[in-house]
Amino acid sequence: MDIQTWTFIIVGFTFAVYIGIAVWSRALTTSEFYIAGSSVSPLANGMATAADWMSAASFISMAGIIAFMGRDGAVYLMGWTGGYVLLALLLAPYLRKFGKFTVPDFVGDRYYSNTARLVAVACAIFISFTYVAGQMRGVGIVFSRFLNVDIYVGVGIGMVIVFIYAVMGGMRGITYTQVAQYCILIFAYMVPVIYISIIMTNNVIPQIGFGGTMADDSGVYLLDKLDQLHSELGFAAYTSGMRPTIDVFFITMALMVGTAGLPHVIIRFFTVPKVRDARMSAGYALLFIAILYTTAPAVAAFAKTNLIQTVHNVPYDEVPEWVGNWEQTGLIQYEDKNADGLIQLNADPAINELNVDRDIIVLANPEIGGLPNWVVGLVAAGGLAAALSTAAGLLLVISTAVSRDLVRRTFVPNIKEKHELMTARVAAGCAVFLAGYFGVNPPGFVAQTVAFAFGLAAASFFPAILMGIFYTRMNMQGAVSGMVAGIVFTAGYIIYFAILNPEINNSEHWLFGISPEGIGTLGMLLNTAVALTVSRFTPPPPEEIRELVQRIRIPKERNG
Amino acid sequence: MKEIYKVYWRRHLTIIAVLLAIWFTVSFLFGILLVDELDAIRIGGFGLGFWFAQQGSMYVFLVLIFLYVWLMGRLDREFGVSED
Repeated sequence: MDIQTWTFIIVGFTFAVYIGIAVWSRALTTSEFYIAGSSVSPLANGMATAADWMSAASFISMAGIIAFMGRDGAVYLMGWTGGYVLLALLLAPYLRKFGKFTVPDFVGDRYYSNTARLVAVACAIFISFTYVAGQMRGVGIVFSRFLNVDIYVGVGIGMVIVFIYAVMGGMRGITYTQVAQYCILIFAYMVPVIYISIIMTNNVIPQIGFGGTMADDSGVYLLDKLDQLHSELGFAAYTSGMRPTIDVFFITMALMVGTAGLPHVIIRFFTVPKVRDARMSAGYALLFIAILYTTAPAVAAFAKTNLIQTVHNVPYDEVPEWVGNWEQTGLIQYEDKNADGLIQLNADPAINELNVDRDIIVLANPEIGGLPNWVVGLVAAGGLAAALSTAAGLLLVISTAVSRDLVRRTFVPNIKEKHELMTARVAAGCAVFLAGYFGVNPPGFVAQTVAFAFGLAAASFFPAILMGIFYTRMNMQGAVSGMVAGIVFTAGYIIYFAILNPEINNSEHWLFGISPEGIGTLGMLLNTAVALTVSRFTPPPPEEIRELVQRIRIPKERNG
Repeated sequence: MKEIYKVYWRRHLTIIAVLLAIWFTVSFLFGILLVDELDAIRIGGFGLGFWFAQQGSMYVFLVLIFLYVWLMGRLDREFGVSED
């Protein structure tokens, strides 16, 4: 069977599984809709969190980005895993003990103020929409590349699937589909990589082959070979860093803190029964994420070495078939500038003859490894699983922010549960359509999604929640002014450089040499400084709030 | 607040501080600030700094969380605040 048929069969099968799970696990109460009735086991929650967290970008683009960034790609590796240590130690257990449904719930209750709640709702909705637009776009791209359907059709199919299981199942449906999606995406990622690891280094385990010698019996280490190829082509060594150290430091910190502050990740820790389960599921989540994240840099090095060796100074007529296949999609472009019939790669764009889209690093893996056609279909299903699972988690945050935080907690406090549940479903449905619309007509800032979502999460939620738990004296005035200062500064900086003045978006003009991707770290520090200063000059929080803080610090009250 | 909860919280903060110091050391210190110096040491094909940046820090993060789960389980039981 050809690739298209296999892709249709495998993708169709996975979609049927998601819908089956949705029917089986539909939510009947608000507690089930918001937090799956707090009955998810830590292991299942770990898998669901991993799928929730790993987006289309992690699955399709990350290894390619690392392949082109070299050592500096570590900002994503450390940044997107290190945040789980912060979550496990500083946020998740206490929020679980607090025991309500959403992040604005905590911010509003801890700071005894609807203003704080509304600031939190606005942040949660903005962060989630920025992020979800990118996911729907990812769904459309996977469909158009693998199945040759129009991007609109792809986004449309994705919307229908997410609509069915998010609106029906709420958090319960989403959780168990995410468990299935994790299994599919990790299998799809690992199978081709293991083959390539064997081809390149004779080692079954990519993480070890990464530091091993080439399979060609030359005894040369793969990374040394890659550094040597890089210098032959005029690039800096792969294992050396190009970005300024201060920027690498700030980006890594912003991604870590932003990860810990993302509402769709935090909310997952409300779904387990106990405080201890919240700690444990952060560990499981990182374990399942690390399987992919420690493999990605190995794939990056394997594929980059293989690519250079396969095409550089090789006659165009003699390159392997996959180069021609991907040339048809426009992801590989060849132009014989010196008309010698050979392909030359070079750091200098004036004489470089082959342009390679970074997504090729993952997408072309099955063909590079010479794997059967069904593996290509599997990779397509994996990319869709990654995009859909993240989209669903984000849509739930948006819908709960509307039905729980706006309707129930702020404007219609005595709403019946039945009506609240209906509001949640309607809000989820509307959010799906809005996300689909943005997926087809991406707003100008989709390319800045990472900077925006992580920067704002780092500059708003993380310090507000952290101080809410660890500093009893923090009061409403301090927290609200801190959040506002952090958001205004961070959003202003990103908008100024990335959207209004992209032509001066470089290290000469940046504040302290920090790029918009890393500015969330400074926003977080500003938030903290403002909050601490303001709280000194304003009245302490009421007694019952101090008791609340004491209570969430302890898993269970002592007997007697 | 009961005196015993204060003692529990201080012990808890010590555990967090020690684990976060390790978290900072492997990622920001070894993987970013000292990466070039550590690259002088080789393990197989890796420079040590590069290995911490793209592999090692993630393994340590994982160990830190499970260590925290274990240490806190012990602390909770010692102070009678465990959920079991």
